[in-house]
Amino acid sequence: MRRTAITAAVAVLALTTGCGAADMTKQASPFANARGAKTVTLSVQSWVGAQADAAVAQYILEHKLGYRVDTVQVDEVPAWDALSQGRVDALLEDWGHPEQEKRYVQEKGTVAPGGGLGVTGHIGWFVPTYLAEQHPDITDWRNLDKYAHLFRTAESGGKGQLMDGSPSYVTNDKALVKNLKLDYQVVFAGSEAAQITQIKRFAKEKKPFLTYWYAPQWLFEKVPMTEVRLPPHKEGCDADPDKVACGYPHTPLKKYLNAGFAKSGGAAAAFLKKFRWTTEDQNEVSLMIAEQKLSPAEAAKKWVDSHPSVWKKWLS
Amino acid sequence: MATLSLPTARTKAPRLLRNRAAAKLLLLALLTAVLLPVLNRWGNGTWPHSLTVSVDKPLASASDWVIDNRDSHPLFLYFLGHLSNAVVIAVRAVYLTLLAAGWAGVTAFGALLAWRLAGLRLAAGTALAFLACGALGMWVPTMQTLALMVVAVLASVVVGALLGLAAGLSDRLDRALRPVLDTMQVLPAFAYLLPVVLVFGIGVPAAVLATVVYAAPPMARLTALGLRGADREVLEAVESLGATRCQRLLTARLPLARQELLLGLNQTIMMALSMAVIAAVIGAGGLGDRVYQALASVDVGAALAAGIPLVLLAIVLDRLTGAAGDGTAHPETGGRPRLIAWALTLAGTVTAALAARLLGATDWPAGRTLDMAGPVNRAVDWMTDHLYSGVPVVGGTADWAGHFTTWVLDPVRAGLQGMPWWSVLLVVAALAWLIGTWRTALTAVLAMAAIGVLGVWEPSLDTLSQVLAAVAVTLVLGLATGIAAARSARVDRALRPVLDVFQTMPQFVYLIPVVALFGVGRAPAVAAAVVYALPAVVRITAQGLRQVDQAALESARSLGATGRQQLWQVQLPLARRALLLAVNQGVVLVLAVVIIGGLVGGGALGYDVAFGLAQGDLATGLVAGAAIVCLGLMLDRVTQPARRGAGKGA
Repeated sequence: MRRTAITAAVAVLALTTGCGAADMTKQASPFANARGAKTVTLSVQSWVGAQADAAVAQYILEHKLGYRVDTVQVDEVPAWDALSQGRVDALLEDWGHPEQEKRYVQEKGTVAPGGGLGVTGHIGWFVPTYLAEQHPDITDWRNLDKYAHLFRTAESGGKGQLMDGSPSYVTNDKALVKNLKLDYQVVFAGSEAAQITQIKRFAKEKKPFLTYWYAPQWLFEKVPMTEVRLPPHKEGCDADPDKVACGYPHTPLKKYLNAGFAKSGGAAAAFLKKFRWTTEDQNEVSLMIAEQKLSPAEAAKKWVDSHPSVWKKWLS
Repeated sequence: MATLSLPTARTKAPRLLRNRAAAKLLLLALLTAVLLPVLNRWGNGTWPHSLTVSVDKPLASASDWVIDNRDSHPLFLYFLGHLSNAVVIAVRAVYLTLLAAGWAGVTAFGALLAWRLAGLRLAAGTALAFLACGALGMWVPTMQTLALMVVAVLASVVVGALLGLAAGLSDRLDRALRPVLDTMQVLPAFAYLLPVVLVFGIGVPAAVLATVVYAAPPMARLTALGLRGADREVLEAVESLGATRCQRLLTARLPLARQELLLGLNQTIMMALSMAVIAAVIGAGGLGDRVYQALASVDVGAALAAGIPLVLLAIVLDRLTGAAGDGTAHPETGGRPRLIAWALTLAGTVTAALAARLLGATDWPAGRTLDMAGPVNRAVDWMTDHLYSGVPVVGGTADWAGHFTTWVLDPVRAGLQGMPWWSVLLVVAALAWLIGTWRTALTAVLAMAAIGVLGVWEPSLDTLSQVLAAVAVTLVLGLATGIAAARSARVDRALRPVLDVFQTMPQFVYLIPVVALFGVGRAPAVAAAVVYALPAVVRITAQGLRQVDQAALESARSLGATGRQQLWQVQLPLARRALLLAVNQGVVLVLAVVIIGGLVGGGALGYDVAFGLAQGDLATGLVAGAAIVCLGLMLDRVTQPARRGAGKGA
């Protein structure tokens, strides 16, 4: 009995290890290329702007270029890794990850830059516009302490609440609050969905709130918000994450492709490299997805039908 | 902490035990008095810094090593690569088969299988369930999830059965494996994700392997249990007939363990399905991914549309394996030879698949989908608009959440974090020893100490405070409902389907409605945990109370006890073990959701794991994951009654 077990174990080991190498960084998704279709796998990030990018790219790939498209929801940093392994072919909205760029683009060469998205991103602290109208001086960080009592919640204890979002977002807020010596407590909503739900709830009741937020974002159309001026951003002032005492930069958002896909991806890769639109276009699609609750595919179809001049350029 | 389970344990213990309990406490007190001067050297506040070990650096370099060597090191090329490849090929094969069968073929096969195993009613139910998946516009994602599940469940069953076989046949292996399996079963699924992602990267292989690790333990436990529980006399009879060891195993022990094996299969399937959504975080695709994407855009309706197929799959598979286990199979086909019936099943499937193919309808017809997202979202909006605040007299849900945070969560957290570190260990030891044995106490204390050593004492106590608050609420509500269900058959009948649905609903689906109702913070995390853990607690309580010896109840009644007296003095004390099991299950389930609550502002360990996953920051994520493991271990051991029952009831 025991001898058979050992023989079996050895046989299994030999079978799994003996017959050549298997590079798992070159294994595609099992759902890809089903039934002989040419498939492109897009990574989608959790925020709606990125969903809009992916939805429009998917619609055009499927209906104008004849591909099958799979989408996978991954946060940015893991998406870089998936991109490098070829599990996904494209990342359409990257907010700046110098460390990953250095590792995968320059050192390993497994990821290729895909050009700009045409949208410039900006992160900041925001208060609702109805509050800024009541207290015009609230939009300067030096006056925030004066109003801390307005932002008190059960979670922030005796301090004012600064609401942060998903753990996947770029944020220096904890260091900022400490280094600017503000009487605030950072409360992490934990996901963008939770943060949006809470913001809308506050806005409906016209309650004051202070939140980490970013543009372009469709929520501005529903809940007008005004940015709080932080100390201006200078090149390199956020180099040491513990000593940051300046605001956030304006980041041109970029696309990245898997290196192999960029080289041999044919029409799909060429299209994704040319894919470039404006903040307004993106917001239009995002708003349809998030507010009118259209499915991303329907929203993309609507946009594509009404903006032929924009997307025709991507296919030329 | 002491307010939670200590009094219940004490008041219900018979006198003899109480004396023993006093002796245990005295011994612990003595031990502390001796050790205190030594312990005091490290201060009286939070966990002493000099006793922590920082693992950030080694973890960060390990992660770098993996990324740099993934495409060149032999370990990856010759072992893990093949593993990953095998998973991809298997999932792909199943997926393509399912797609080739088309919706008609899959539905026909499901229905015929159900008919063979459990009769016509379940067959109709199965067909309806599959058609509903299509009608909700979820056919392709359902097939992706199904493909992943088939592979994951098969692998779990094989791994679990092998481990169970080993533990069932060898006493030494049993002793070694049992604590490991017990522990694996109480760990929150979230804690499994990071290690697999580190090695396999985002994608299906990682998802399948995480699912296997999560779902294999019940199969192993129940296989071992079934083999060990076989009737001695039957075995002796077989032995006296001169059967070899191998023959004995195949002809007597395994068939006798059939019931346990099928129960193991059932539990494995359920756990794999509950993992399906969580694995979406690491790129599993399918229905879980749809739920996850819908929640990102705060679309409860769409999340539900993807969640319902999961629930339907779960219910169908649960009933199917349950029916197979009951032995009540195929009542109306009893006389017909089995082979012909199976051939009929296969032929029916092929016919349906071919018919659909000839009609050119392998895909679900595009126009034939129901839109349920709109109405559901309107209902949720209406509910939150009217309940959130300003409700006369009782106040809105937001006010409750605020009060709960200020008056319950904050004091509990402050109390726990303010306690001297050694006294936390002492309380853990005392509770675990009173309820269990010195062994469970030791494990619990070591697990708690490990949390301190890892340097995450404060966030762990934060998580612990949320767990304790949620468990308290769950127990109050759950025991009350359970008692009501045990005393009235009508309540029981009304509750059953509700409990079924709530128990199989993916945990993620609860998160957004609770934010809409309770705002962002720890309160919604606690609320979601309560909703998730309640069904199991209600069910175990009701079952425990109903199984109380009828003779004891009868005699109490004849002595003129009122209904209330019967409940308090006879039923509840006699159902003590079931109640403790309910507490144990409640704690484990609550912990799982409080962790996920990190996604709605729960903070603490859950946020750290989410952060680690999102930022690829292994140091933060893995340490938090390990702390969750320790916390789960500690909570399970503290609430584990001395003599453990066979299988878990839930």
